[in-house]
Amino acid sequence: MQEFIEFTLGGIASGMIYAAIALSLVLIWRGTRVLNYSQGGMAMFTTYVAWLVIRHTGSYWAGFAAALASGLVLGALCERSVVRPTEGRSPLNSVIVTIGLLIFLEGLAGVIYGGQYRSFPAAYSLNGLKIGKFALGISPNDLFTAGAVLAAALALALVFRYTSAGLRLRATAFSPVVARLLGVRIGRVLTLGWALAGLFGALAGVLVTPSTFLYPNSMDSIFVLGFTAAVIGGLDSPGGAVAGGVLLGVVLSYAGGYLGNDLVLLYGLVVLALVLMVRPSGLFSAPRTRRV
Amino acid sequence: MRRSPKTRLGAVAAVAAVALAAAACGSSGSPSGSKALTASAPGITPSQILIGSHQPLTGVAAPGYDEIAPASNAYFQYVNAHGGIYGRKIVYKYLNDQYDPTDTASVVHQLVLQDNVYAIFNGLGTPTHLAVVKYLNSSKVPDVFVASGCECWNAPGTYPDTFGWQLDYIREGKILGSYIKQHFAGKKIGYFYQDDEFGMDGVKGLNYELPKSQVVASESYNPAVTNVAPQVTALKAAGAQVVVSFSVPAFTALLKLTSLKLSFSPQLVVSDVGSDPITLAGLLQSFAKQGGATVSGNALTQGIITDGYLPSLGDTSNSWIQLFTKLHSKYLPKLPLDGNVAYGLAVGYTFVQAMLKAGRNPSRQDLINAINGGLPQGAAVAPYAYSSSDHNGITGAYMAVVKNGVLVPTGPVQVTDDSPTGAITTETAAQPAAPASGIPSP
Amino acid sequence: MTLLRHLAVAVGAGLILLALSVKVTPYRDYQIAEVAAYVVAVAGLTVLIGLSGQISVGNGAFMAVGGYAGALLLIHQSWPLALVFAASAVIAAAAGAIFGLAAARLRGPYLAGATLMLAVALPSLADQYTGVFGGDQGLSASITTPAFLGATFPPTRWQAWLTCAAALITLVLLANLRRSRVGRSWRAVRDDEVAAALSGLNVARLQILAFVVSAACAGLGGALLAVVTGIVAPGAYTLTLSIGLLTAAVLGGLGSLPGAVWGSLVLVLVPTYLTNVTASHGLSGAASSSVPIAAYGVVLIVVMLVFPAGIQGALRRIFGPAAPAAAVPLNALRRRRPASEHEEEGIHEKIT
Repeated sequence: MQEFIEFTLGGIASGMIYAAIALSLVLIWRGTRVLNYSQGGMAMFTTYVAWLVIRHTGSYWAGFAAALASGLVLGALCERSVVRPTEGRSPLNSVIVTIGLLIFLEGLAGVIYGGQYRSFPAAYSLNGLKIGKFALGISPNDLFTAGAVLAAALALALVFRYTSAGLRLRATAFSPVVARLLGVRIGRVLTLGWALAGLFGALAGVLVTPSTFLYPNSMDSIFVLGFTAAVIGGLDSPGGAVAGGVLLGVVLSYAGGYLGNDLVLLYGLVVLALVLMVRPSGLFSAPRTRRV
Repeated sequence: MRRSPKTRLGAVAAVAAVALAAAACGSSGSPSGSKALTASAPGITPSQILIGSHQPLTGVAAPGYDEIAPASNAYFQYVNAHGGIYGRKIVYKYLNDQYDPTDTASVVHQLVLQDNVYAIFNGLGTPTHLAVVKYLNSSKVPDVFVASGCECWNAPGTYPDTFGWQLDYIREGKILGSYIKQHFAGKKIGYFYQDDEFGMDGVKGLNYELPKSQVVASESYNPAVTNVAPQVTALKAAGAQVVVSFSVPAFTALLKLTSLKLSFSPQLVVSDVGSDPITLAGLLQSFAKQGGATVSGNALTQGIITDGYLPSLGDTSNSWIQLFTKLHSKYLPKLPLDGNVAYGLAVGYTFVQAMLKAGRNPSRQDLINAINGGLPQGAAVAPYAYSSSDHNGITGAYMAVVKNGVLVPTGPVQVTDDSPTGAITTETAAQPAAPASGIPSP
Repeated sequence: MTLLRHLAVAVGAGLILLALSVKVTPYRDYQIAEVAAYVVAVAGLTVLIGLSGQISVGNGAFMAVGGYAGALLLIHQSWPLALVFAASAVIAAAAGAIFGLAAARLRGPYLAGATLMLAVALPSLADQYTGVFGGDQGLSASITTPAFLGATFPPTRWQAWLTCAAALITLVLLANLRRSRVGRSWRAVRDDEVAAALSGLNVARLQILAFVVSAACAGLGGALLAVVTGIVAPGAYTLTLSIGLLTAAVLGGLGSLPGAVWGSLVLVLVPTYLTNVTASHGLSGAASSSVPIAAYGVVLIVVMLVFPAGIQGALRRIFGPAAPAAAVPLNALRRRRPASEHEEEGIHEKIT
């Protein structure tokens, strides 16, 4: 029983991390219809910025703020310089461009900071929480991570639904031509979308990196699981991103704990396959009209 | 006439001094009239020896391991600055394979076919080097001192040109297992190991020594998945009091952090591969500054039991460590002086030993014969196994505990073999000191 | 006539490659062999994405299936090489059929996500069944140069001959497939799925067939690459490989078979070139080994921005008349919606 609780809570905690990445992917997809393959790389880069700030100032929260700010800037910069020229072309062009961007960012990080592991601090203690003598298997930092991700998901959902910026984002993705005809400044909206995605990605980076350690490829494997979580939840839904993340985290935790750890990634594939077979557009996507 | 003792002593001293001077004159200076240097093999010219290697310089396997080749290169530069190998400079061309066997095959083909290297030195990684070992042997290129603890390099019949160097994982597992058997009799043991041949060979060695009944859990991890909570939860649920970890440093750190989270504090026994105190402290240092917690990076590594086959970096009176420190401060100031740097320097030293033994104008076979004839111990704490029937390298290690960021030996050097029943014996001979010049004698 | 034309081109190219392989150094032969192996896999992928409009970021997994199949056959059976390669392609095709069936209803980013997870997860099977698959160490997949060529024949030249022959055969088959009814049906589905269904095409079966074909090509490419490098191991089939195939297909020109050749050349030659250039500038050491990586990223971005239709698209613009080129698959990533809602989906305007 103890083990089961630890597996469950641990799975939720790790699932929140996948959800963090998934959220930024959902944002970019819902706002710009681009699959941003460099999301993890951008998050790694902003985490290095945070690491530098923390090293110089000694303050974690200064680094946290620096990461979020640099995420905004990096996102906007990438969109304007590299992704904008692919607008209107085949969607695969933007995929390749973001792949190139990822490779470039990883190489740049290696050149500037070197390849070795850097330790990145967590916001709160990593010691396990206990209720009396009963160890829960999660730490205060896990609670902070979960809270931050849930707050971010809520903020994202609110932005999309209730703000005019969110409306413009959705309109641009849905139909750029009509949106333009209605007076939406498409260029500005796309940049905003990428800037926000950079912000969320930066958040994911600082939440994740304490347990992956910081090095140029630190976000590679987390990105895959985050992408899977986003697909499971439905790429149009911030709530789906969280649900997909938690589902994936919990299933992997049970599978790894009870069935053995060699095939953890395969279990992830099975979960994804099962969800997509039942709902081909993810768990929380809008119901699709029946096609002929 | 009776001579006073002082006079007699003086006469003896004088004779001795003359004798020493004569000997020194005889051996000092380059022997004039020695053979001219020729291009005696591919990669060897009268002025240089070109060797190649494949290393993970970028990618997920790079952190830490990307220090080894620069460290070996630093030692070669030192040797080059002090006369080289019979006057030739060593040029070390190490190429990036990102730990991908396909890339390994590409770069090794480039080194052999295009750059015409004399030998491949210290190719890093088991799956990566397995991609090229057949090719190197069929092309008769010396493949020396592979940077991997797999026992697959010890196959003189199939791979006559391939030699291992470091303590292989089965030997290490046996030494760790034997220590646990003696010092933790009756305690419950759990395994935590990487799901490749590093971890599996280590577990094999452990199982040769530890009784099955003592092992209550055996948890493997996949390096692509950084969440090890399921494994640690299972270890805790099984009640493991000692956890033996065949893990790389990142996963040793993750094991420690996750154990903190789960309020689980077994005694950790970690393979040399994953226990370097400096690397671990670097990984764990951020978790020192916790609100209210009093852990520090060093405190998290305190008490970890491990083994070592090179002298402890904390043993500043050891002549090898003094040599490494000198080389590090001159040639590698940007890198930490950690286990990977020591490894690179030590294996570079072994290569120079072998090249000097191979002769003034060596062919490729001369290098193979030189190693087959056995090599002096160098920086390792135990002898090499090299012979024409055994291509394994270092044969033993000492047990140690991590105290205040350095390895403190807790016992003598233990030597063993790869077999299930081979005994573990104590090495009685002390480690030979480093040469004063830092360069082995021919 | 189409078949004859394709055969003539193939024979001509084959003769050129034969002459080339004899003239160049053994190392260049090795590179030719590598490129040819990738051409086979990339050609299958470019057909899948460019012709049938389905994205796959997971063809590396099918290369793994073909590679392991080839290695196991080489180890346990003594079949002739051609049979080993054919069997590898068939086994990979079967895997493609299974995956295609499971993924038949997926579109756009969801299909991408499924193939991504496949690429990451499938090689870990080798770690599980170590007895059969050799675990992390992998299996050896080496061949010997046939005796009739003589003892001094460079092994890399034989590898180059094998792979180039396989690549040419594959390209001829794919070219014919493109011109056939199946190819036209694929393009119809790609451009407008509903209209295609309305005109009687079995969309699901066509989609699965596309996966089967691309998986067969990937499997053959995997077996060829295994023989060239001499090993199959999980570490050789990482996500980087799948991404590399996708990059090669798009950079070369989606849907275009010559594009598969250009893309494979970029994939194999550019990183090595960048590393050599960096080394010749005297940069060495750990931090500077990342410079070629960063440079490669820049190359990808620049080529994609300058040649939006890929290298073949650019060549066509420069050299040839505007042939009915493999149209850019506008809908490869977009979610399908009923046609009535989106008349303007066909219009693309550059956003300023």
